[in-house]
Amino acid sequence: MGKRIGLEVSLAISEAVKLARVDAVAAYPITPQTHIVEELAQMVADGDLDARYIMVESEHSAMSACCGTAAVGARTFTATASQGLALMHEVLFIASGLRLPIVMAIANRALSAPLSIWGDQSDVMAERDIGWVQMFAETGQEAFDLTLCCFKIAEDSRVLLPTIINIDGFTLSHVVEPLEMESQQDVDDWLPTYVPQVILDPAKPVTIGPVGFPEIYTEIKKQQDMALQDSYGVVLEVWDSFEKKFGRAYKPVESYKAEDADVIINLIGAIAGTARIAVDRMREEGKKVGLVRTRLWRPYPFEEMRKALAGAKAVAVVDRALSFGGPGGPIASELRSCLYPLEKKPVVAGFIAGLGGRDVTIEDFYTIVAETEKVLETGYTDEYKMIGVRE
Amino acid sequence: MADKRTWREYPVAATIHEPGSATGQNTGDWRSERPVRHDEKCDKCGICWIFCPDAALFMNEEGFYEVDLYHCKGCGICARECGKEAIIMVEEGE
Repeated sequence: MGKRIGLEVSLAISEAVKLARVDAVAAYPITPQTHIVEELAQMVADGDLDARYIMVESEHSAMSACCGTAAVGARTFTATASQGLALMHEVLFIASGLRLPIVMAIANRALSAPLSIWGDQSDVMAERDIGWVQMFAETGQEAFDLTLCCFKIAEDSRVLLPTIINIDGFTLSHVVEPLEMESQQDVDDWLPTYVPQVILDPAKPVTIGPVGFPEIYTEIKKQQDMALQDSYGVVLEVWDSFEKKFGRAYKPVESYKAEDADVIINLIGAIAGTARIAVDRMREEGKKVGLVRTRLWRPYPFEEMRKALAGAKAVAVVDRALSFGGPGGPIASELRSCLYPLEKKPVVAGFIAGLGGRDVTIEDFYTIVAETEKVLETGYTDEYKMIGVRE
Repeated sequence: MADKRTWREYPVAATIHEPGSATGQNTGDWRSERPVRHDEKCDKCGICWIFCPDAALFMNEEGFYEVDLYHCKGCGICARECGKEAIIMVEEGE
């Protein structure tokens, strides 16, 4: 068992990256950056981490440099958020298309305009289709553990895909939490040195990223999607071996008091903590309410979500991002697609909450459940409802 | 389509493991004009060879620069840079 300490969650991720013996970090150091790469820079400067730290002039360059270091076989990490992630956009597709196992932490934050540095999930939801493995942590411990897991998943020869660990900006990234810090020896035993399959090496020249003429592009994209879909089994394997080694279990979908629930709240990330308290209170009041937190976002855990939700009368989906002019939130529209093939399916009510750093309170979850019960009685009146908006 | 491989049969990410395989690409069929050398004007200076962006020129036994028409895309840079006007671009099909 690891040593129990108190640590800011951003720094816990830096520790995990250090324990993973990362070879290269490329990052743009100012807003919207977090302490994650600041701490890594300090570790490298102090000689505590034997890695190449590449200072770049933008996030576009940061991700480009990461592609370069991963292509020569270096274990590679970066972190960003908000506008920084948006600026990386173009290169994110290249990283997955080239099958480079980069690991990135994102402290999910709002996008401008109006200018906001506060938390929500708009940044990563705009990057839904980049072809990376994507997961969301709820706690500091989970952020630390999943960061270690990300390296093992990404670098698996059956996967070879870049991987994102998401944490909520501020509500997770900037809080101090108690967690079990694992030893270098235990991490070394569990996470071996990265042995790349194919690298850029003058002694054995290869061309990566060649022209994909129309006669092969479709096949290469199919190959890429199958790799992401098949990574699901590897994610389960890695989480299983993590549990055996370190004693903490992770699953693609986390259910809480959901088994016999009439209304289940579905969400992603750290607001699950508040939702759990709300569920407990509503249960005490005799309401059959439960919570399902989706931990793995890509590949999307279709079967587990169906299993977890099929028995409910309604699902209240809480999105911290808005698909403008669309069906409301991305988590809700994904869930509707997931449940649509089922013959008997719960009603899906979509809610937008917690935009740009606004708190999502216990009372908000009461409102969300009450509104969902209304939909059950009277049917849909809106595509989605925005919680707490002044009208 | 010439390539009949299924998605399973391609190397991961379409990586090419054979160095120099681009020499097998017939980029010459992109050409609409081809460079034609006039030996009486040419002083074999090699400016055309230096400027050719596709390495599609090579020196023959007499010291003149020949065009590799399998790779020449007909960009015309050689004709433009030639100080002696010894290379002129001629439309394909003429």
